[in-house]
Amino acid sequence: MNEGSKKTIRLLCFSVLGMFTFSFALVPLYDVFCEVTGLNGKIELSATTNKNLETESGRNLSVQFVSHNNEQMPWVFRPTDSLIKIQTGEYHTATFYVKNPTDKTMTAQAIPSVAPSNAATHLKKLECFCFEQQELAPGEEALLPVRLIFDDDLPESIKSVVLSYTIFDVTDYNAIEMTEHHNDSDHHDGHEMGPSL
Amino acid sequence: MSAVIESSGHDDHHHGPAKGLTRWLYTTNHKDIGTLYLWFSFSMFLIGGAMAMVIRAELFQPGMQIVEPEFYNQMLTLHGLIMVFGAVMPAFVGLANWLIPMMVGAPDMALPRMNNLSFWILPVAFFILLSSLFMEGGAPNFGWTFYAPLSTTYAPPSVTFFIFSVHIMGASSIMGSINVVVTIMNMRAPGMTLMKMPLFVWSWLITAYLLIAVMPVLAGAVTMMLMDIHFGTSFFNAAGGGDPVLFQHIFWFFGHPEVYIMILPAFGITSHIIETFSRKQLFGHTSMVWAMTSIAILSFVVWAHHMFTVGLPLAAELFFMWATMLIAVPTGVKVFNWVTTMFKGSITYETPMLFAIAFVVLFTIGGFSGLMLAITPADFQYHDTYFVVAHFHYVLVPGAIFSIMAAVYYWIPKWTGNMYDERLGRLHFWLSFVGVNVTFFPQHWIGLAGMPRRVPDYALQFADWNMVSSVGAFLFGASQILFLFIVIRTVMGGKKATPEVWEGARGLEWTVDSPAPYHTFSTPPKIS
Repeated sequence: MNEGSKKTIRLLCFSVLGMFTFSFALVPLYDVFCEVTGLNGKIELSATTNKNLETESGRNLSVQFVSHNNEQMPWVFRPTDSLIKIQTGEYHTATFYVKNPTDKTMTAQAIPSVAPSNAATHLKKLECFCFEQQELAPGEEALLPVRLIFDDDLPESIKSVVLSYTIFDVTDYNAIEMTEHHNDSDHHDGHEMGPSL
Repeated sequence: MSAVIESSGHDDHHHGPAKGLTRWLYTTNHKDIGTLYLWFSFSMFLIGGAMAMVIRAELFQPGMQIVEPEFYNQMLTLHGLIMVFGAVMPAFVGLANWLIPMMVGAPDMALPRMNNLSFWILPVAFFILLSSLFMEGGAPNFGWTFYAPLSTTYAPPSVTFFIFSVHIMGASSIMGSINVVVTIMNMRAPGMTLMKMPLFVWSWLITAYLLIAVMPVLAGAVTMMLMDIHFGTSFFNAAGGGDPVLFQHIFWFFGHPEVYIMILPAFGITSHIIETFSRKQLFGHTSMVWAMTSIAILSFVVWAHHMFTVGLPLAAELFFMWATMLIAVPTGVKVFNWVTTMFKGSITYETPMLFAIAFVVLFTIGGFSGLMLAITPADFQYHDTYFVVAHFHYVLVPGAIFSIMAAVYYWIPKWTGNMYDERLGRLHFWLSFVGVNVTFFPQHWIGLAGMPRRVPDYALQFADWNMVSSVGAFLFGASQILFLFIVIRTVMGGKKATPEVWEGARGLEWTVDSPAPYHTFSTPPKIS
C-alpha cells in the first residue's frame, strides 16, 4: 500500500471520529442555539439577575397558564388562575395548585414552555417552582409560586402568551441517583434500569 | 480487447478462487465480496418484502383481520429497517465492489481484508435484528425512524438489540465507504483523471463521503438512546432536561443524507445504461458530476423538512422549504441530461433500458411529490399521511430498487458470462412496473384524502384504493420470485456473452472477458 492510500485512510478515520464527536456536540449546540435565539419556547431554568426590567410604560398583555401531567403522573396539578391580564415591565406572581393523592412520597419536576416561542427570551422569572424538584408526602398539597415579568422588548405583535408547565414524576430517577451514590445501601430495589423498563 | 489482462507465467494457485465454503468466508476478492453483498441484499429484499406483504394483507380490508396491531407495528418497523439497511444499501455496496475496481482499472479494492470484515458483520447485524421478533415484548415497533421517546421510554426490551445491530450496520457501512474512497482516490489507472471517471464511480465517491459523514451521527443517536434507556441520562427525556425534538434533529441530520445515499448510486447506474442503449455519448458528463456534488452538499441543510410540524419558528420553516426546493435544480439537470442523451439516439429497449427509463419517469414523479411536501403549509396537511408513504416509495422502489434491477440485468452477463433470458426479463419488468404503480399511485390519493400512515386499520372511505394498492403489492411481490428465477437461471447457464456484451457499451469493465476473470487489471490498463 502506498503513502497516498495511508494518508487517505488516516484522514477518513479522523473524519469518522470527528463526526461521532460532532453528533454529541449537537446536544449542547442545540441548547445554545435555542437559548440564543429563543426558539423552541425554552426558558432559562434559573432566576434572572437583571434588575432593570421594570418600566412604567408597559402595554397590556394577557397570559394564559396551562398545566399538563406527563404519562401516568397522578398528581393534581392546575393553575390557580388560568388567565391573567398584566402589563409588560411589571412583576406578577402566579400560583399553581398541586396535590399528591397517592399513598407514597413522590418527587416531581415541572418543565416550562412558552408559546409563541419568540416570547420565550422576553420572559424572566425571579423565582419559579420549576427551578427545583418538588417533594410531596402522601395527601400533601401546596401552592407553588412563579414570579415573572415580561420585558418591554416583547414584540408588538404578541398580545397573548401561553405559559405551559408539564409535570413529570421523577421519583424513580432520584432512586437511581440514590443507588448510584450509596451503592452499599439497601435502597437497591431493582430500578437501576430506569423507570422505562 | 482482452489483451489488458495479464497472463503471467507463475503458478496457478493464485489465480483461481479457493474451493468450498471457506472461499466465501475468507475471500478478499472484490468480485466474490460483491457477489456476497448482492445475494445478501437479495435475501433481505425477499424478507423485507414478505413483511410488506403482511402489511398489505392486513390493509386489504378495513378492520383487523390477520395480525395484531402490535405485530403490525413490528412488521412496519422491520420492513423499513431491512429495506433501507439490508436491501438497498448492501446492494449498492455489492455493485461498488464488483464494478469500481474494474471501472477504474484497479486489481482489487484498496483494503481487501477490511472488505471481507465489512461484509461478514452484516449478516450478524441482521440476525440480531430479526431475532428480536422472537423475544419477549416483540421486535422494535417504533417505525424505522425510531423517534424518542417511542424508542426509549416506551420501547420493548428488544430495543437494546436493535441499537447494537444498528451499530454493527453503521460500522459495516463506514468500513465499506473508507474502502471505496481509498480505492477511487489512490488506485485509478494512470491517465484516469477525476473528471474522466465513469459516473457510477463518481456517484459512489460522493455517496461514500456522505456515509462517512453521517453514519457516525446515526451511531451517536443510538448511543444516546442506549444511555437514556440504561444509564439514566436524559438526552431525549424532558423530565431530566432533555428534549425529544433533539432526537428528530439528530436523526434527520443523518436521515436526509441517508436518503441521498440510497439514490446517488442509482443516478450513476442510470447514466451508464441510458448512454449504452441510446448508442450516444452521455450528454453533460461534467454537469452530472456537479449536480451530484451539489445534491450531496445540499442534503446536509434540509433535514428539518421532515419535521415541519414540530413547531419550528417561521424563519427555519422558510429556510428549510427553500433549501429543499433548491435541490430540484441539480436533480432537474440530471433528468434533463438523461432525456437529452436519449434524444435522437438509436434506442433499443432491452430489459436494463426499460428499467432505466422507468427509473427516470417514476423517480421524477417521486421528486415532484417531494416538492409538494417541501411546501411548508401544504406539508402541515400531508404530514404523516399516505401521501408521504407514496412519495418515498416512489423514489425508493421504482427509484433505487429499479436501478439495482437494471444494474443486475446490465452487468450480469459480465459477472456470469451468460446472457439472461430477454423475454423473461421484459416480463419481469412489465409485471414490476405495473405492480409498483398500482401499489403506490393510489396511495397519493388516499393520503391527500387524509389517511394517516402507520395504522393497521382505517376509515371506510379508504377501503377501495387500499384494496387496489394491496393487489398491486401482491403482483409486485410475486414478480420478484420471477426475478430470482431469472437470476438463478442466468448463473446456471445461458447464451454465452461476448466481452462487450452490449453494442455501444463504454467503460473498462467491457474490455475484459465475460465472465470477468477472477483477477483483472493486475497491470493497469492504458487510458486514452
